[in-house]
Amino acid sequence: MFSCMPSSIARTLPETQRDAVVEIEKLNLTFPAPDAPVHALSDIDLTIEAGDFVSFIGPSGCGKTTLMRVIADLETPTDGHISVNGMSPAEARLKRAYGYVFQAPALYPWRTVLKNVMLPLEIMGLSKQEQRSRAAKNLALVNLEGFEKKFPWQLSGGMQQRVSIARALAVEPDLLLMDEPFGALDEITRDHLNEQLLQLWDQTKKTVVFVTHSIPEAVFLSSKIVVMSPRPGKIIDIIDSGLPRDRTLDIRETPEFLEISHRVREGLRSGHSYDD
Amino acid sequence: MTDIGAGITPGLWHRLYSGKTFPVLTILLSILILWYAGAVYMNSDRLIDQYERNKTDWDMEILIEDAWSMERPILPAPQQIVVELIDTVLGKNITSKRSLVFHAWITLSSTLLGFAFGTILGIILAVGIVHVQTLDRSLMPWIIASQTIPILAIAPMIIVVLGHLGLTGLVPKAIISMYLCFFPITIGMVKGLRSPDILQLDLMKTYSASSSDVFWKLRIPASIPFLFTSLKVAVAISLVGAIVAELPTGAIQGLGARLLAGSYYGQTIQIWSALVVASFMGMFLVWAVSLAEKATLRQMGGQTA
Repeated sequence: MFSCMPSSIARTLPETQRDAVVEIEKLNLTFPAPDAPVHALSDIDLTIEAGDFVSFIGPSGCGKTTLMRVIADLETPTDGHISVNGMSPAEARLKRAYGYVFQAPALYPWRTVLKNVMLPLEIMGLSKQEQRSRAAKNLALVNLEGFEKKFPWQLSGGMQQRVSIARALAVEPDLLLMDEPFGALDEITRDHLNEQLLQLWDQTKKTVVFVTHSIPEAVFLSSKIVVMSPRPGKIIDIIDSGLPRDRTLDIRETPEFLEISHRVREGLRSGHSYDD
Repeated sequence: MTDIGAGITPGLWHRLYSGKTFPVLTILLSILILWYAGAVYMNSDRLIDQYERNKTDWDMEILIEDAWSMERPILPAPQQIVVELIDTVLGKNITSKRSLVFHAWITLSSTLLGFAFGTILGIILAVGIVHVQTLDRSLMPWIIASQTIPILAIAPMIIVVLGHLGLTGLVPKAIISMYLCFFPITIGMVKGLRSPDILQLDLMKTYSASSSDVFWKLRIPASIPFLFTSLKVAVAISLVGAIVAELPTGAIQGLGARLLAGSYYGQTIQIWSALVVASFMGMFLVWAVSLAEKATLRQMGGQTA
């Protein structure tokens, strides 16, 4: 009961009263190359508000991962403005404002599951006791109790990715950046993890930015879908999803869901030339 | 009867065939046969000379028997080396200068000290090369050049210089051994410290980890498998270094000294038995490092072990 209340409040608030977590204006990024510089991001304008679940969707090469890496200060834009929590991305990174989940689990093979989740906490300098309790709590959140002492290779791909999500959550960031976290997993595991992720989002009230190239995944998860197209990477449509916050996989059969999917697909089609 | 035989032999033969015993025994037997034949061939010239000077009658049987039991053969027969080994390893008090155990211990101590020096130097150089770009450019050519100089040429100078500085005995030998064995450790550690992939490094960046965190929590653990591979090579090389270091110093103790004395006096059996002890020592050292490797890697997840 209690865990539901803040979400319904957040939903009833007018858009303008929510805090902007990420603000991007006229952002460009060009990767220098000796022959032809790559224009990876072109005139990006985007605002992500607290509690949003925003998906970047588009074909490969559309700059969706690059845009997320800019938010995380793993890439530096060529020009334009970006702020994360009202700071520059570099300051936000130094304040550990976000948790990042990569395409691959990127677990350290010499650490047990528990130690992997404790890694960022060690770096943050928390007490051993705090590290342990936070790691255990977040492993429980992704349904991995009892696997603390296992090493990464003893886990399936889906479980490894859940460990990496627990590791990102353990930092307790308000902003969670996820770069195609389920891209390498089979569809059944992916559906399952998608449901878990939605529950997590609903429970923790975090802001999530999610990169994917799967339309059903984007529509199922998001409160806002950013459709992008390649060469140069730009935003061609931003869709505010009217779907309720607590959804189950069944929602994928509803007309509303199909309507949003259709709009995403149209956007992708208009932005993508199949000539090349 | 054949039934019973058939019932037993497949099991035995199967084990011999599929296991390692059969190939290992075959190779060992071949080596022994070649060795005995070689001993006859190598030693026969001198024996025949001797027979003709003394005008003794001889036939093949006498020749073979004598070739395998000469006092100073060109190539001693295996059993002569075994007898010498039993005599000098078990038959002598281990504090006696005639005991091979005594000489082996002298060489082992400078090997271990040199290996320790080499490991420390090798790791320090690798850390410098990975973290300071100017060191990568300036140090690497010198390190490679150092390995192109024959150790026999530089060893006497190291002894002279260190002797002048008041260092004698164990330390100069250990330093020559270090000179040889730091190289694979540096190369292996540089590769190991650079082995973390971009994703693992990006992860550290998202935690805004300090460079010492990246070093201790990522680069060092990632380099451990590389380190052990290098250590196995290095420990064998440091034994070679310790033996070589005993040659130009005119040492009177150690396996190198036994080799030197043996060659002065034509005591080939003594040389061979020192070589056998040296190779067993080398095998033991590599085995010991492998054991440490297995234990460490098991602690670190164990899949690679």
